Amino acid sequence: MSLTPDQLQRIALLARIAVEPDEARVVTDRLNQVLGLIDQLQAVDTGGIEPMSHALDAQLEAQQRLRPDEVTEPDRRAEFQGLAPAVDQGLYLVPKVIE
Amino acid sequence: MLNSTVTELSAALAAKQVSSVELTKLFLDRIRGLNGKLNAFITVDEERSLAQATVADERRARGDAGPLTGIPVAHKDIFCTRGIRTTCGSRMLAGYVSPYDAHVIERFNAAGAVLLGKTNMDEFAMGSSNETSHFGPVRNPWDLGRVPGGSSGGSAAAVAARLAPAATGTDTGGSIRQPAALSGVSGLKPTYGVVSRYGMIAFASSLDQGGPLAKSAADLALLMNAMAGFDARDSTSLERPAEDYTRDLKLELAGLRIGLPKEYFASGVDPEVLSRVREAIRWFESQGAKTVEITLPNTGLAVPVYYVIAPAEASSNLSRFDGVRYGHRAKDFADLSDMYRRTRAEGFGAEVKRRILIGTYVLSHGYYDAYYLQAQKVRRLIAKDFSEAFARCDLIMGPTSPSTAFALGEKSSDPVQMYLNDIFTIPAPLAGLPGLSIPCGFDARGLPVGLQIMGNYFAEAKMLGAAHRYQQATDWHLRAPKEAPL
Repeated sequence: MSLTPDQLQRIALLARIAVEPDEARVVTDRLNQVLGLIDQLQAVDTGGIEPMSHALDAQLEAQQRLRPDEVTEPDRRAEFQGLAPAVDQGLYLVPKVIE
Repeated sequence: MLNSTVTELSAALAAKQVSSVELTKLFLDRIRGLNGKLNAFITVDEERSLAQATVADERRARGDAGPLTGIPVAHKDIFCTRGIRTTCGSRMLAGYVSPYDAHVIERFNAAGAVLLGKTNMDEFAMGSSNETSHFGPVRNPWDLGRVPGGSSGGSAAAVAARLAPAATGTDTGGSIRQPAALSGVSGLKPTYGVVSRYGMIAFASSLDQGGPLAKSAADLALLMNAMAGFDARDSTSLERPAEDYTRDLKLELAGLRIGLPKEYFASGVDPEVLSRVREAIRWFESQGAKTVEITLPNTGLAVPVYYVIAPAEASSNLSRFDGVRYGHRAKDFADLSDMYRRTRAEGFGAEVKRRILIGTYVLSHGYYDAYYLQAQKVRRLIAKDFSEAFARCDLIMGPTSPSTAFALGEKSSDPVQMYLNDIFTIPAPLAGLPGLSIPCGFDARGLPVGLQIMGNYFAEAKMLGAAHRYQQATDWHLRAPKEAPL
């Protein structure tokens, strides 16, 4: 599989990362190097093999924890909002989306 | 004192030969003198460290001290620390001060350890050379023109240069073991789920695991006693009885079965690295251990599997950096979508963006089955290789890295060459298995070589025992690098 600069722009949009036209060629080339590496997997026969989504999937499935549905965290909104680039009256501010 | 192990410093503190304040000052002075050259630390807050040391000395005076009380420890800048910034090596978090401590930090605080500073690392732990850090590369204390390894390169260089007696790291595909090998220190990646990931900034959540770096295996065991343990805030933290990781330090080597995977002793590995590793294995044989040739036939597929799974998970984990709640936000943008795109283009470096794009691609419609699901299936084949191998041996040994430290810039323009450097460290985390690296000699240029020891799930104590026995008979781990003279 090899990407074109157009396909790159589509992926970049999905990833919400701006890729400027002047860097698109280099980024595409580097990504294609990596895709060349991972394309080796296509040749492997994995018939009948279950996907392994987690390092200890068997152990973790056996001990999925549940806890009582209780409030365990205190309200630290003011402290958390102190980290944000823009807030107002307890709300996180972003550019206007609806006119 | 600078060249003492944590075990020795702990005894000196207990015997009142030195105070934590004196010890902390010693290392802070050393950092002040050498960090300009090595760039191992991103942030040091001397006042804060000395205040913690004073508290540790008071605690000791009250008779309330444990083995790590008063010991200065450096933390990889991926662990969130309240009141001192946590950057993860990224512009995205260059000014971020976490409102909470990681579980690992809470554990060290509870043990009375002193936070000596936050160490440099590849951006978001994505790298094998520490060259992707927004804060500049770390230099290898054995040769300033070479990399210390990565991503925990600052932690490895700090321990190697005796800027810190011990440090924490994280390992996703080798990020503790490979820098430990290239910098000539000891480092352990525990079994997945043993150390809580709470407050450890996520890269690839099914692989990420915190662990210690120090001079000796005995030190790693002491540090593990503090770091490991159940934490309900990490949904993959394992509920197990507490372990004493020092319990097997007197491990009987006679009859120990050491598996040697033929794929780890193949062409493509630096012959000097193979010689040093074989010499170390011969020492184990001289103590009565038996070597068994084993095969891990899917080793060659581990790097491609990793570069599907880790970027896929990263693309999801790093979507939280959107310029809304914390971190960098672009100044100029047209609308909300443009704000996200520019914030992330500016805040992330080239390697992080590359991995997010790869991850987005392999998870996208039409490619998910061919890449992501296929990689998960091959991941199971790799785990199966290990379970078959551990039916025939107790521990697996081989090189940690196919070469000694490479030159700065040597591999940074070719991502695939950089990735292949991790061929021997990537398989264990894919299977969730523990692995460690200890120094086992030097090449002709005087660069350290690492011996990797892997074990079955929860075999850390046995691995540390084997490593400790070797370190009692050798002094590779006590040699100090020439660029950081004692």
